[in-house]
Amino acid sequence: MLIERKWKKWVFFYLPMAVFIVFTLFPFYWMAITAFRPDNELYATWRQPNAAPLWTLHPTLEHFVGLMKTTAFPTWLWNTMAIALVATGISLVCGMFAGYALARLKFRGSEFLGTAIFITYLVPQTLLFIPLADIVRDLQLGNTPWALMLTYPTFLIPFCTWLLMGYFKTIPKELEECARIDGATRFGAMVRIIFPVAIPGILSAGIFAFTLSWNEFIYALIFMSSADQKTVPVGVVSELIRGDIFFWGQLMMGALLGSVPVAIVYSFFVEYYVTGLTGSVKG
Amino acid sequence: MGRGRARQDLHLRAEQVRVSRLTRLLESEKALAAALLAPGVAILVIFIAYPFVMALWYSLTSIRVGDPGHFVGLDNFTKALNDLIFQQAFKNTVFYTFWATIFKLALGMWLALLLNRSFRFKRIVRASMLLPFIIPTVLSAFAWRWMFDPTFSVMNWALYHGGIITDRLPFLSSGDWAMWCAVLVNTWRGMPFFAITLLAGLQTISPDLHEAAALDGANAWHRFWNVTWPLLLPVTLVVVVFSVIQTFSDFQLIYVLTGGGPANSTHLIATYAYQIGVGSGLLGEGAALSLFMFPVLFAVVWVQLRYLKRMENG
Repeated sequence: MLIERKWKKWVFFYLPMAVFIVFTLFPFYWMAITAFRPDNELYATWRQPNAAPLWTLHPTLEHFVGLMKTTAFPTWLWNTMAIALVATGISLVCGMFAGYALARLKFRGSEFLGTAIFITYLVPQTLLFIPLADIVRDLQLGNTPWALMLTYPTFLIPFCTWLLMGYFKTIPKELEECARIDGATRFGAMVRIIFPVAIPGILSAGIFAFTLSWNEFIYALIFMSSADQKTVPVGVVSELIRGDIFFWGQLMMGALLGSVPVAIVYSFFVEYYVTGLTGSVKG
Repeated sequence: MGRGRARQDLHLRAEQVRVSRLTRLLESEKALAAALLAPGVAILVIFIAYPFVMALWYSLTSIRVGDPGHFVGLDNFTKALNDLIFQQAFKNTVFYTFWATIFKLALGMWLALLLNRSFRFKRIVRASMLLPFIIPTVLSAFAWRWMFDPTFSVMNWALYHGGIITDRLPFLSSGDWAMWCAVLVNTWRGMPFFAITLLAGLQTISPDLHEAAALDGANAWHRFWNVTWPLLLPVTLVVVVFSVIQTFSDFQLIYVLTGGGPANSTHLIATYAYQIGVGSGLLGEGAALSLFMFPVLFAVVWVQLRYLKRMENG
């Protein structure tokens, strides 16, 4: 391999890498130490000589207590989790079925449908939110979790279908053919032979869909109005800024607690997530 | 007793016939395909195709909250084109998308090249690099807003005590600065997506090619431009398309960071459409504003589809 001098490695590798790491992680560090910082330390102006903003000298749980007492934070967390799980579940089932049909079955219009689903994949939420709010209201779904459980799949199903279609295509056809010779129906072969083999792909799609649901904002902002129906991002935005006043300690505590669950889920499935991410852009 | 049994048998047989008829039906590829596609397609039709048609209709009427309005032709669109704030929002959107994409591509590529080397703790570094992309944007945008705070900014503190500045930087309170701050935060959030996807592309490039080029006397810079870049171009194009769509239609980052201010200097099409459509309840005008995104997104998707077709054909 190519041999490098030591100083070169420092200049061209360690130094930029360190800058990237600091740039990437500093906001989270800042979020975390702010969440545990008492107000008198928090509001020290930038010019104050003895201000030491990079470390919290007297960590406190006052913001945690405040958040729990004054807001419905645990409810938001629960809502976000339930909505993300159900939306992911619906999208996975639809995506597995549709992906299998597009990958394996011959029928007229399959190419057209594949392209159509790919196009819906690229439709952003901000294009349709105004009429969608009316549709959700007309279906009596407004301010219920179902409003989000049914609309989040609009951006998850295309992704799951696309990813799983690619995955199914890599599974040898012979597997199904053997099962069919042994008397399995098409549907049975799909459920009992193909789906189990595709579990890594299904996990990738699922974990990616879960993080996308957790992150969604504009639909939740528009469809959910009462405080006990909100998701974490919407609750934090709408309930922790009162008038013009930002409760920074509680805001950062809320942001931290809203980030931790998704970060934990992610940390368990990093490899699957990366597969989902890189697969999401492959044709 | 015997009659009851006979009836049960009959019932059972009818059930069997029904089941076998269903299974036989599902043995036909067409029928099975239709059944498998139905649930997903139904959701996409109800919640994407139908609202899209409705958005087109809304944009041609004077509908507002509590008033169905009437047909007004293209009035909403001409009004938008003459609206100074919308002109500003459109320019902002192009500016934001252009610069954020450039930075994400450049930094993401650099990061991918760094991550492609072998070093200690590589897995954990790579995993943590993706955090900005995983953590809900609204929540991390708040952290950034707090870092940009006019009075308590940690960045002003660091620059001041580092002797780089003598007066505070305005960050989000000045129009020019605020837009660049938004570009910075968007870059921070989107860079990992570029890096990790490009890294996956890099890993498919054989090291032999680099060694051969190195033996021919190419330095690292030349090797990048003549070996890595051309081989990575297909992945790069797809990632850029995805990122352009996401950035062009962005809403949440601006909503939290600046709310479109100061003085509309950071309004994007989506945030302005939200303000008009949801804030003021002018649904028709809001729908028209959103639809201004459509031609641009359509062009990008079209390029992408053509590209995919070409890949399939050869």
